[in-house]
Amino acid sequence: MNFETTIGLEVHVELKTNSKIFSPSPVEFGDEPNSNTNVIDWGYPGVLPTTNKGVVHDGIMAGLALHAQIERHPHFDRKNYFYPDNPKAYQITQSETPIAHDGWVEIDVDGKKKKIGIAEMHIEEDAGKNSHASEYSYVDLNRQGTPLIEIVSKPDISSSDEAYAYLEQLRQVIQFTGVSDVKMEEGSMRVDVNISVRPVGQQEYGTKTELKNLNSFTYVKKGLAFEEQRHQRVLMSGGKIAQETRRFNESTGQTILMRTKEGSDDYRYFPEPDLPVLNISQDWIDQIQTELPELPAKRRERYVNELGITDYDAMVITQTKEMSDFFDKMIAAGADAKLAANYLQGDVNAYMNDNQVELQDTKITPEHLATMIKLISDGTISSKMAKKVFKAITNGEEPKKFVEDKGMVQLSDPAKLQPIVDEVVAANPQSVEDFHNGKDRAIGFLVGQIMKQTHGKANPQVINKMLKDSMSK
Amino acid sequence: MNYFDQSLASIHKQLVNQEISAKDLTQQTLDNIKSVDPDINAFITVDDEGALKKAADVDAKGIDADNVLSGMPIAIKDNMVTKGLTTTAASKILENFKPIYDATAVDKLNKLGTITVGKTNMDEFAMGGSTENSAFKITHNPWDTTKVPGGSSGGSAAAVAAGEVIAALGSDTGGSIRQPASFNGVVGMKPTYGRVSRWGLIAFGSSLDQIGPITRNVSDNATIMNAIAGHDNHDLTSSTKEVPDFTSTLDKGVKGMKIGIPTEFMAQGLDDDIKQTVLDTAATFKKLGADVEEVSLPHTKYGVAAYYIISSSEASSNLQRFDGIRYGRRAKDVKDLEDLYVKSRSEGFGDEVKRRIMLGTFSLSAGFYDAYFKKAAQVRTLMINDFTNVFKDYDLILAPTAPTPAYGIGEDVSDPMTMYMNDVLTLPVNLAGLPGMSIPAGFSNGLPVGVQLIGRPFDELTVYQAGSTFEQETDFAKQTPKMGGNN
Amino acid sequence: MTEKISEDQVKHVAELAKLKIADDQLPYFTTQLDQIIGLFETLSEVDTDGVEPTSSVTDQINVMRDDIAENWHQRQALLDNAPDTADGYIRVPTIIDESGDNE
Repeated sequence: MNFETTIGLEVHVELKTNSKIFSPSPVEFGDEPNSNTNVIDWGYPGVLPTTNKGVVHDGIMAGLALHAQIERHPHFDRKNYFYPDNPKAYQITQSETPIAHDGWVEIDVDGKKKKIGIAEMHIEEDAGKNSHASEYSYVDLNRQGTPLIEIVSKPDISSSDEAYAYLEQLRQVIQFTGVSDVKMEEGSMRVDVNISVRPVGQQEYGTKTELKNLNSFTYVKKGLAFEEQRHQRVLMSGGKIAQETRRFNESTGQTILMRTKEGSDDYRYFPEPDLPVLNISQDWIDQIQTELPELPAKRRERYVNELGITDYDAMVITQTKEMSDFFDKMIAAGADAKLAANYLQGDVNAYMNDNQVELQDTKITPEHLATMIKLISDGTISSKMAKKVFKAITNGEEPKKFVEDKGMVQLSDPAKLQPIVDEVVAANPQSVEDFHNGKDRAIGFLVGQIMKQTHGKANPQVINKMLKDSMSK
Repeated sequence: MNYFDQSLASIHKQLVNQEISAKDLTQQTLDNIKSVDPDINAFITVDDEGALKKAADVDAKGIDADNVLSGMPIAIKDNMVTKGLTTTAASKILENFKPIYDATAVDKLNKLGTITVGKTNMDEFAMGGSTENSAFKITHNPWDTTKVPGGSSGGSAAAVAAGEVIAALGSDTGGSIRQPASFNGVVGMKPTYGRVSRWGLIAFGSSLDQIGPITRNVSDNATIMNAIAGHDNHDLTSSTKEVPDFTSTLDKGVKGMKIGIPTEFMAQGLDDDIKQTVLDTAATFKKLGADVEEVSLPHTKYGVAAYYIISSSEASSNLQRFDGIRYGRRAKDVKDLEDLYVKSRSEGFGDEVKRRIMLGTFSLSAGFYDAYFKKAAQVRTLMINDFTNVFKDYDLILAPTAPTPAYGIGEDVSDPMTMYMNDVLTLPVNLAGLPGMSIPAGFSNGLPVGVQLIGRPFDELTVYQAGSTFEQETDFAKQTPKMGGNN
Repeated sequence: MTEKISEDQVKHVAELAKLKIADDQLPYFTTQLDQIIGLFETLSEVDTDGVEPTSSVTDQINVMRDDIAENWHQRQALLDNAPDTADGYIRVPTIIDESGDNE
C-alpha cells in the first residue's frame, strides 16, 4: 500500500514589543516572578484590556512578509478555558477575523522548490507560566499578555523534510522583519504539529495526531518522521489511528501518548466586547510595506545572480538579517563577494561561536572586515597575516592602520625580492637539482627559506613564481 | 441629617457657609444610616473610619465653593471597585475582597471631594431585579418594607429614597438603575453606552453595562453625571465625544419637542396604574408644549430573549475569572485543581448566577452558537434599527419603566421566567446602548411609579431637559416615604 | 412540550463552566433552563437573513494604546490578595494535565 502524508503546523511567535498586548506591563524575561504584572494581567474584577498599537503594526508587518492578505476590519474574540496560567479563564485571540490570511512561503528541499500556503495568521495574548513540584504547582504571570502571532499552515506539507524547511523559511522571514527573535530555545518560537496519513487515492484525510511541546526543528522533523511511520504501520496492519495528542521523547526518538482527544474542545468563542473593532487603513498598510526590509529569498537571488556566490553561501548568509545586512555593507564597502562570504562563514562564525555572542554585539564592523579583504585581494597582506588582522578587528581596530603600525605589509616587489631569491637559490644547489628532477617539494623548502629571511613578509605567490623563473633559466 | 428635603445645591450651600463641616455632615450621615438602615438593609459595607478621615481632609483643604460635590457624602454600588474598601458584588466568592485600585467613576468623584460612606447592596453580580439575589442581605423598599426595592441597584435606590444619602452610583445592564429608581420614587439615569468608563465596574454584560447616578431629583442627577462622564484611556469602549454640561438645559422646557410612546411598551402585561401614569405623563408633556404620539418598535417582544442570551453569554465568560486561584474565595480541602475550581465556584456563586452562567455557556457552546448567540446579536441589530427609525422623527421616547410597582419580597424570586419578563421595558435601551432615565411620575397604592425617558445616543441633555421640566411641573419627586429618616 | 435541553446536557454545560449541580437539584435546574431556552427559541421567528450581528454598541473604532511600557508596581498588593502564594508565585494544587492550552 502506498501512503501520502499531510502535515499541518501551528507556529507561535512572541513579538518583541515594549509592553504587553492588552496591558502596559513591560515585556521582559527572567525577572522575579509576577514582577511585570498588574491588575489587568491578573484578570482582576473590573479591569479592561487596551490594544497595543505596536502589536497590530507588527502583525501587519509579519503578514506582509508572508505575502498574506491583511484583514481591514479585524476584531478580537474570546477563547474560554480554565487553566491556572490563564487568569481571565479566557484568552483574547482572533478567531473570526485573523489579521492576515492566505499567505505563503517558498521552500527548497533537495533543489525542489515548493510554495507552502499559510491559511491564517492572528494576534493573541500568551499565557503565564506554571511550574510543577510534587504537591503544588506555581504560577508566574510575567509572561501573561506577551503578544503572540500564530501562523497556521495550509495542508500543503507532505513530509517531515518539508516541515523542517517550512519552519526554517518561516523563522528566517519573521526574523528579517525584526518583530521577533524567533528562538525556539528561548521559547519565542513554539511549534505544534499535526499529521495524518492516508492511502494514496483516498479522498478524505486520515485521522490526525498532534505533537506538542517540540523544542527544536530537528525534533519536529524526527517526531514527524516517527509519527509518519507509526501511522503507516498501524494502517498496514489494519489498525486505526486514534485522535490524540502525543509528545516527542527526545532520548528515545519516539512519540508517546499525552492525552486522547474526546471530541473537540469547546472554547465557546465569541467577539470580545471590551475592545472596539479595528479599522486598518490602506495608508497604514502601505507605510508598513515600506518599512519591510528586503526578505531573505530576494536577497539570496541577488547574491547568487548579481554577486556570483554559491546557493549554499547565500543560504548561510541569509540565516539572520544581521548577517545578511553585514554582508551587504561589506559589499558596499568594496569587499570581494566570495571572500566576504568565506570570512563570514569562517572566522566570523567561529568567533561568534567561541565567544557565544551575536554579530551585532561584537566590535567587528563590515567596513573593517571589507578593508581587510581588500588588503588581501591587492596582495598587501597574506591570508596568514590576515589572521592577526582579524584578531585586531575583533578588538575594534582599524585594519589598515593596524597593518601599517605593525609593519605587516607583505613584500611583493620583485626588485626587492630578487637578491634574496638569488641568494637562496645559490645557497641550496641540492634543492635546485631536486627541482629539476621533478621533486615539487623542493620549491616549498626554498619558499620557506625566503620566508625565514623576510620574517614571513614575502608574498608567497610572488616568490613562487620568481623561484620557478630563476631555476628554469 | 436626613436628605428628604435636600438637594446637592442646598447641602453645598450649608457647607460653603460653614453651617456644617464636611466632617459633621459625614458623621450625621453615618448616624442616619445607623438608625435607618436596620429597617432597609441598603448597605453591605459602611466605612465610618474612611469616610470621616476623608471628610476631615476635605475640611482641612476647605470646601470648594465652585464644586458642588466638595465634601458630599455618597454611596457606591458594591460592584464598583474601591481601593482598600471591601467590594463584594454581593457574592460570597468576593466576600472579603479588598480591591487595590479605584473604578474610574469612583476615582473621578473622589477627586472632586465626595466622601464614600459605604457600598450598597445589590443582586449578586447585578443579576436580578429585586436585590433578593444578594448573598448577604435582603434590602427593603422604604415606601413599604414588605416590598422589594427592585434591582439590581436596589441598595443604592433604597438608600437615596430612605434619605440615608443624597446620591448614589448604580449600574445598569438591563434596567438595574431605572427599575429600582421607579420602585423607590427616585431619579435614575443609565447613560449612553460609552458615556461613562466601565474601568473598575465588575463586569456582568460587557456590551450592556453602564454606570449611572441615582438621586432625589433630575438636577442632582445631571450634576453627578457631569462628574463621572467622559473618555477614559482604561476603557477603549468609552466615548471620546465631548461631554456637555448636563445641567445647562434643565430649564429650557419641552416646547416643540417630539415625544414618541412605543405601542409595544404599552401592551398587555402592563399594570393599569402604570399605563395610566404614562398617559398622564404624556398629557403633562403635551400641556407643556411637546408633541406626543404613538410610535412603533416592532421587535420589542424579542428583546427579553435576545437580552438574556447576550447578557448571560458575556457573563458566563466574565465570571470565569472567579476561579479561586488569584483572589477571592478559594474552597478548602480540595483534592486537586479541578476540585478547587468546581468547589470554589459552586460554593461561591448563588443559584441565579449559576443559572445565568449555565445559560450563557450553553448559548455559546459548540452547535448552539449560531442559533442562540449569533441570532440574538442579529436581533439586536434589528432592535437598534427600530430605535434609529423612531429617532429620525422624534427627540425622545416616553415609556413605562417597569410593568408593575414594587412587588412583595419573596414573590418573584422562585420563578426566573417571571423575573426575566419584568425587564422587558428597560433592556431594549441597553441592547441599543441608548441613554434612559426613570423619573418619579405617579403612585399606585402608595407605591411610587416611574416613567422612562429614552434619548438618542449621547443625547442625555434632552433626556435631562425633559425630565427636569416634568419634575418642575409635578410634585411626585418631592414625596417621601413615611418610614425612614430620623424625623 | 419538547425538551430543549436534557439533564445530560445540563451536566455537560456545568462541567464546561466548572460548576457542580447537585444530583437532587438537577431536575429542577433542567426544567428551569428548559423553559428559558424555550423562550430563547422564539428568536427563530425573526427573519435575520443578511442581518449583521451587533456585538458592541460603542461609538469607538480603531482605538489603540501606544506601545509604551509602564510597570504599575502592584506585585506585592496582588500577592497579598492571593489565597495561597510561595516565593512570589501563586500556589495551586499540582497541575496534572500539563498540556496547557496556550494556542
